[in-house]
Amino acid sequence: MDLQTLWFILITVLFSGFFLLEGFDYGVGILLPFVGRKDTERRIVINSIGPVWDGNEVWLLTAGGAMFAAFPNWYATLFSGFYLALFLILVALILRGAAFEFRSKINSPAWRRMWDYGIFIGSALPALLWGVAVANIARGVAIDGSMTFVGSFGDLLNPFALAGGVATFLLFTLHGALFLELKTDGVLRKRAEGVAKTLAIPTAVVVVAAVLIAAPQLFERLNVVMVVALLGAVAGLGGAAWFIRSGRFGRAFLGTSIALVSAVVLLFSFLFPRVMPSSLGEQFDLTIYNASSSEYTLGVMTVIALTLVPLVLAYQAWTYYVFRKRLTTSSKLEY
Amino acid sequence: MDVLDLARLQFGVTTVYHFFFVPLTLGLSIMIAGMQTMYVWKGNEHYKHMAKFWGKLFLINFAMGVVTGIVQEFQFGMNWSEYSRFVGDIFGAPLAIEALAAFFIESVFLGVWIFGWDKLGKRVHLASIWLVAFAANLSAYWILVANSFMQNPVGYQMAESGRAEMTDFFALITNPNVLLQWPHVVLGGLTTGAFFVLGISAYHLLRGRHPQMEMFRTSARIALIVGTVAVFATMGFGHAQGQRMADTQPMKLAAAEGLWESADPASLSLFQIGNEAERRPEAEVTIPSLLSFLTYNTPDGLVQGINQLQAQYEQQYGPGNYVPPAIWLTYWSFRAMVGAGAAMFVIGLLGIVFATRRTLEKRRWLLILAVPALFLPYIANTTGWLLTEMGRQPWIVQGMMRIEDAVSPNVTADMLLISLIGFTVIYGLLMIVDVYLLWKYARAESGSSEATASDLPELGRVY
Repeated sequence: MDLQTLWFILITVLFSGFFLLEGFDYGVGILLPFVGRKDTERRIVINSIGPVWDGNEVWLLTAGGAMFAAFPNWYATLFSGFYLALFLILVALILRGAAFEFRSKINSPAWRRMWDYGIFIGSALPALLWGVAVANIARGVAIDGSMTFVGSFGDLLNPFALAGGVATFLLFTLHGALFLELKTDGVLRKRAEGVAKTLAIPTAVVVVAAVLIAAPQLFERLNVVMVVALLGAVAGLGGAAWFIRSGRFGRAFLGTSIALVSAVVLLFSFLFPRVMPSSLGEQFDLTIYNASSSEYTLGVMTVIALTLVPLVLAYQAWTYYVFRKRLTTSSKLEY
Repeated sequence: MDVLDLARLQFGVTTVYHFFFVPLTLGLSIMIAGMQTMYVWKGNEHYKHMAKFWGKLFLINFAMGVVTGIVQEFQFGMNWSEYSRFVGDIFGAPLAIEALAAFFIESVFLGVWIFGWDKLGKRVHLASIWLVAFAANLSAYWILVANSFMQNPVGYQMAESGRAEMTDFFALITNPNVLLQWPHVVLGGLTTGAFFVLGISAYHLLRGRHPQMEMFRTSARIALIVGTVAVFATMGFGHAQGQRMADTQPMKLAAAEGLWESADPASLSLFQIGNEAERRPEAEVTIPSLLSFLTYNTPDGLVQGINQLQAQYEQQYGPGNYVPPAIWLTYWSFRAMVGAGAAMFVIGLLGIVFATRRTLEKRRWLLILAVPALFLPYIANTTGWLLTEMGRQPWIVQGMMRIEDAVSPNVTADMLLISLIGFTVIYGLLMIVDVYLLWKYARAESGSSEATASDLPELGRVY
């Protein structure tokens, strides 16, 4: 395996981690105003991701950094091409981070409600826009011979891409509802279960439909990895729906986790060895070869990544272990 | 304004804003870790209150540093795609390593620290804040490795494809530029943290109403020592950077000194009204030989001037303008930075003298001075970056790539305008909220010592 392929896989891993972890983060943020009705309830909802959301977000930063280091042309084309979409994502993430930090610093219902909506918008917008971006990448966008995106923002908001957006939005929300079910108790837990039950089937349907319409050549390019990922996605979604019905939410969460990771793997294996197909002609496709850094840089980065990634996984897993308990409305949570 | 101007303005606005928050994170994290160490070591609750009081302010500041940092990473691809293609092979690596080696540790263990007060053993919990402090400062190193390549490119070759490629990773991470720049920035951060603690402590010592005056007495003493040592060392590394600049970026040095014509010995300009159109000073006050002395440690030595360097660069790189725009900004930024540093050093030194004589609280004038001195490090940090980045122009990578070749070709002025206005508005609003919250929590006297004690285990819940 060449280094370009290895880095393509590493970036797949980083985006899988991002979708898996930040996925429930966004979902919890989206559900905040609906599931948490009283201030204490909202506090618990926020605290369910409080210790981990910041670490989860670093997966995105790392994926972006890895893309820059390993495939600078991919990074340059994608980030300049999807300019306004990324600007909106940035604004949402700024709002979200500030909202988490600021909401409880002043004891006023109006103040807190305002930041709660900040968390909602800051979670909902990226949840939608990541799907839009992913669907556009899968379908191919107008990239010319100088590797430059020559389409417009409007082009990116096509019906296929919006279907992708709705799919990630629903999937993240369902994933978040299941996470909340596992982290809370009492009335919050009941409400999270209610959301999960309502969303399970529609989410499965929309996600399958979105994958099919966003990537029409899916079955032309089928390979072993894609078949496995496809089966994983279907089994994950179906399993989640099944276990939600039978009230086994831990397994259902495992199901949405598998579905999310499978979806990312499916996308990347569908693209491979391309990173951004061009809609203007195959000769303009960005691939892992014409977009990559030099062998030397890839070699150095490989040594560093293979040393650090296991370490990151280990201590991040540890924090999930430390904060594994359910949050309840016992006196400890009073403020 | 055209695309280039808007992209530059946006980079300037977002970077300066980001760097309002970063230095305090760098320095204050170390100070809090130190205070909490005293608590764990001595078992004295007094230090625990201190760690928690300053910890709250730290967190209000930290969030802003993080969210604005994401913009920085994305911006290279969004606005400067040609730059990203040209140096991605070299520049991307430190950014990726920053995320992987430092930023993960910082954000994961900050979560552990905030929410772990009563879930973890004291030592493990103490380790978490040290990890945050360590990672924050490590993070600065990797970012400065990237920036140092722009100031002083090393460890690369020009590839056939026309882009720069890394040939020596070790050279990149031991760039002589970063070996001076990193300590300068980290010590500047410590200075920022110390003068932040000093200013707020002085405020409470003056008011004398807070139920925990002892906490501010100790905090002020710690801050005076840390701040004075740190600002002195910062100036030392800054001076060393200036001497290096004479070799690697003489144009930046000439701009910072307003030196239009080469001179040997060169005199130091104290005050100058320059004529940038005609490239000469209009009026100035100078001290003979001092610039040569500062540059070479001897009273004579040639310091190159802007006009001679311009002529030399035209020979070297072809016709064009190699004079940084807005020399006045570079010139006055340099003076503001040095002036702010010197003022902090004097305040710190006097404070130490009075503190050792146990008369600090009687010298109210010094305490009154220490409150606004809280802003001095912010002036120094901001003007320091203006000097570093403005002085490098028109180069984005010194001697390799000019700024106008770096901008994204497909990003329009409208898009830039939308994002520039968007960032400016949201940054402005958040700044107001942030400063308001810092002010509120810095002044907070929320009740007895008991309230402060039970207040912060709750920190996690108040998130």
